Amino acid sequence: MSKPILEIKDLRTHFFTDRGEIPAVDGIDLYIQPGEVLGVVGESGCGKSVTSLSVLKLIPQPPGKIVSGSIVFKGKDIVPLKESEMRKIRGNSISMVFQEPMSSLNPLFTVGHQIGETIRLHRGKSHKEARIHTLDMLRKVGIASPDAILNEYPHRLSGGMRQRVMIAMSIACSPELLIADEPTTALDVTIQAQILDLIRRLNEEQGMAVMLITHDLGVVAEMCHRVAVMYAGKVVEEGSVHDIFKNPLHPYTQGLIQSVPRMSETRERLYSIPGNVPVLSMSLRGCRFAARCEHVMPRCLEAIPHLSQQEEGHSCRCWLYESTQEDAV
Amino acid sequence: MTQLSINQSSDTIAIHEVSGPWRDAWKAFRKNKTALLGLGLILFFIIIAIIAPYIAPYGYKDQQLMDRLKPPSSAHWFGTDDFGRDLFTRVLFGARISLWVGFFSVIGSIVVGTVLGILAGYYGKWADMLISRLFDIVLAFPSILLAIAIVAILGPSLQNALYAIAIVNIPTYGRLVRAKVLSLKNEEYIMSAKAIGMKNNRILFSHILPNSLTPIIVQGTLGIATAIIEAAALGFLGLGAQPPDPEWGKMLSDSRQFIQKAPWTVVFPGVSIMLTVLGFNLMGDGLRDVLDPRMKN
Repeated sequence: MSKPILEIKDLRTHFFTDRGEIPAVDGIDLYIQPGEVLGVVGESGCGKSVTSLSVLKLIPQPPGKIVSGSIVFKGKDIVPLKESEMRKIRGNSISMVFQEPMSSLNPLFTVGHQIGETIRLHRGKSHKEARIHTLDMLRKVGIASPDAILNEYPHRLSGGMRQRVMIAMSIACSPELLIADEPTTALDVTIQAQILDLIRRLNEEQGMAVMLITHDLGVVAEMCHRVAVMYAGKVVEEGSVHDIFKNPLHPYTQGLIQSVPRMSETRERLYSIPGNVPVLSMSLRGCRFAARCEHVMPRCLEAIPHLSQQEEGHSCRCWLYESTQEDAV
Repeated sequence: MTQLSINQSSDTIAIHEVSGPWRDAWKAFRKNKTALLGLGLILFFIIIAIIAPYIAPYGYKDQQLMDRLKPPSSAHWFGTDDFGRDLFTRVLFGARISLWVGFFSVIGSIVVGTVLGILAGYYGKWADMLISRLFDIVLAFPSILLAIAIVAILGPSLQNALYAIAIVNIPTYGRLVRAKVLSLKNEEYIMSAKAIGMKNNRILFSHILPNSLTPIIVQGTLGIATAIIEAAALGFLGLGAQPPDPEWGKMLSDSRQFIQKAPWTVVFPGVSIMLTVLGFNLMGDGLRDVLDPRMKN
């Protein structure tokens, strides 16, 4: 196993609000190997996006703050880095594709200008060189007539086109890691498939590592090598795609997989996990999922289980499994 | 369906033409009749202001004491005032003064207001606190009263009246820009600009400033109308233009004692103020319809 390109250790990002301190990301451990696609799944509000913004240190501050933990990118912890050093990493070594292609482009500038800006910023190229590079990028993301699109304003492009432009912008400097925060949620299904295909191609051809944040298990099954399932600011299960789908260990993961509609079954009602994600606060005790879990035991309400390895490369945070130990916090 | 296909074909044709938010706005603006009327009025007065020295039949200072308070005639189209000065000439030259005060006071307010508004909105915290409270203090006074106080301090002159009007109107633009920046700050494209590693200053000037321009343009156009009225009011009170400058407000106040005997002395400057202000208001409303996304549909 080679050295991971990104290793997040015990990351805690808290928000300090009027209602008190909210641990949106509450001690996360993740790693991504070079050339790997890691899926991060979980329902809304479980801390997926906060995790991805933390990696680029783009948490709005205040109210947010990385309280503790380390984010090691290519052997270097980026948490203590200064803003000016972070700017060299953003868009250059790590870049990000956002969920909303409709609002992620500045309406007042042409597409070419915006992609070119990234290139000029990090590569110090002239306008002319940047333009050639931009055309290359647009071609690479599968835009048929790059010369025409170059001079277009975002409002004249469709959602799928804009997301391609966003991807072109984020891969313009050949980053080693691409964070895609629900890149297809706002798109319709056929476009979704095209965009995912594009991301996979970039991953395969350029060996770019991808952290794919999504709530769509179908996307995960199709795209990812490994999966981390998040719940209420913690990773509850982590393993290869095969393990997670064939042998989900955590009751939450089992619930998630059951809630995916299947064509073959005739059951009328879709399975849903009862209850809601708990309101995060510093005073939560015990397993975060206890209130919704079918297998809840007295122990679950008292102590948080540790994320411990159950099989080779497959770990789970649950008291159901004997080797589990209590978490430090 | 036919409608749709027509749109699409015109779209593909338009691809190689310059098309942008401003061009689209101009297309929509052209369809707005009242706004075009406003633009026409403004252009009319601008042209008058430019060519005043060439078309004026007399000098604006020339007194013909034999012809005092003469009604409109072929020699004096708008009549004469109590010094026998030709009112047509003075109204023409008055356009220069009013437009000059209007434009420059608004430009001054916009520049200062925008800078303060951006600082307050983007950096927040104590900068916002300080700047916003400053705006609140200025807005706590009725604007004309504050303008009078400022002119009283600086001394009555047209230039000081311009400064006073500019200062009084800074908070209007400042608060507008601050509010716009606050909403823009959370736009995804600002986040994505940060995510590609752009510097704060660069984001401010190349992303936030251009996107906050539309409300400033609208408010600025309407603001010129207000500034012209305020300048006229200061002139009327003797705090703006000094004799013999032909400022419209000043002309009104100089002639008010003759309003029954020689009504033309107040009618023409009054109508000029009204038409200019109307022009800017119509155009400002039209711009708002075109540029403000909330007004669309």
